[in-house]
Amino acid sequence: MNVGKQLKEGLISQNPVLIQLLGMCSTLAITTSVANGIGMGLSVTIILTLSNIFISLLRKIIPDQVRIAAYIVVIAGFVTMVDLILQAYFEELAESLGVFIPLIVVNCIILARAESFASKHRPLAAAVDGICQGLGYTLVLVVMSAIRELLGAGTLNGVEVFPSEYAVQMLALPVGGFLTLGCLIALTQWARSKTGQGGK
Amino acid sequence: MDYRELNLIGSTSPHLRTKAGAAHIMGEVLLALTLPLLFAVYNFGPRALTVTAVSVAGCCGFEWLYRALMKKNNTVGDLSAAVTGVLIAFVSPVTVPYWILLIGDFFAIVIVKQLYGGIGKNFLNPALAARAFMLSWAGEMSKWALPAAFGQGAAPVWGPVDAVTGPTPMSFLAENNLPELMKYYDLKDMLVGLIGGSIGEVSALLLILGGVYLIARKITTWYVPVSFIGTVAALTFLFPRGNDPMTWMLYNVLGGGLILGAFFMANDYVTSPVSHKGQVIFGVGCGLITVFIRYFGSYNEGVCYAILIMNLVVWIIDKAIRPARFGVVKAPKPKAEKAETSGKKEAGKK
Repeated sequence: MNVGKQLKEGLISQNPVLIQLLGMCSTLAITTSVANGIGMGLSVTIILTLSNIFISLLRKIIPDQVRIAAYIVVIAGFVTMVDLILQAYFEELAESLGVFIPLIVVNCIILARAESFASKHRPLAAAVDGICQGLGYTLVLVVMSAIRELLGAGTLNGVEVFPSEYAVQMLALPVGGFLTLGCLIALTQWARSKTGQGGK
Repeated sequence: MDYRELNLIGSTSPHLRTKAGAAHIMGEVLLALTLPLLFAVYNFGPRALTVTAVSVAGCCGFEWLYRALMKKNNTVGDLSAAVTGVLIAFVSPVTVPYWILLIGDFFAIVIVKQLYGGIGKNFLNPALAARAFMLSWAGEMSKWALPAAFGQGAAPVWGPVDAVTGPTPMSFLAENNLPELMKYYDLKDMLVGLIGGSIGEVSALLLILGGVYLIARKITTWYVPVSFIGTVAALTFLFPRGNDPMTWMLYNVLGGGLILGAFFMANDYVTSPVSHKGQVIFGVGCGLITVFIRYFGSYNEGVCYAILIMNLVVWIIDKAIRPARFGVVKAPKPKAEKAETSGKKEAGKK
């Protein structure tokens, strides 16, 4: 087990959103404010870590034929827990994230890590993987929501930076999510080509 | 005389001997846009000229800056950025603040054009994409100045802009209010362009003149503009709002950005289909979406989004309508097979 390598993979070289292109739906939808980005990122990180540990523990018991259904049951359990905790203690956040918390059940990042990592590794390695990949997801969400909130509403985490009449409203709309994500992915690919990784 | 003494250039076919390069083509387009620009200055006052100049400078500046920063060969000289600059100004209201204009220039040149590889690689029309982006400031982008030629005061070149704004033909059409529109602007005003609207869209007559000039010079072809405008004309004539189809149709064709869009934006080489058949399909599609947005959408004007949407499906049209390669005979497919099988059946019966 190599924590440093896993961390680097999760944050940069195998970043779930920018390189693996997973979990795009929630990324596009909720990155309208920094608070949303942090809340969503941490929720997914917690769920991902817990489900990774459990699936890793159960990896020898779950029959191969029904493994996806079994993963979903495990994930759904943790999502329900996080959903209820958010509603109990962070009402505002739960309200603004809305349906995207329950939708974490079918978030591809979690399914992909369960399928490709947790079901093949020991619980400790799976836990580290969950944290690293979750942090990679959180990083992208925070960067994206900071860009969109700053340029789209003129605020950063609710604090006004410049008057909102100069803000690019479009970036706060769904189309702004696509634009920002596209630019971030293009930037990543450009950086990869500069450092000699990736394709052409 | 020995052939080796002749001054011959050895190259493979096709042997073209013409100046036609990007710079030549874009120069002709700029020339075709000069008259509408001059008319805009007459119609809206000197700010029309400064807005266009700022936009051209912005586009060329961003193009030069991006190519220089990325250490690529510089393409400002091909004038395509200048054309984009003029077109962005043409689709903006004359009262547009300069900073919004420059953000639009940046979006068109850097995001829409250069990030995809520069001239010839963009899949959206840069000017229209910029306009869609600039609608982030919807309030500023929908202040339509009335013609200063009416003597109501033009927008000042610098300082606070307080031009007299008013309804455009499109806002009347959106309310199905043809009688009021005819009182406000008569058909002659619509044709000449003494109406409110964006800088470059007002003078239908001069835009058609410019478009016809480009077609006559073989810079562009007539397929897209004719099918685009024809579709809008046919649809509005067949399904008029009110009981005067001819007038309704004429106001719909002359109003808004239809003529400008059809001749100078939909007809862009890069973002329209390659084959003539495909271009007609593209034009008809643009016309259909334009009328749908004008009739059923929440926007008054649909030309911009119609062209952008059709830009996105150009690759599908090009794939579906693939002309036969020269010298390749199309295999007679379904008919022959049918004849064969039916022949076999008959043979079996016997």
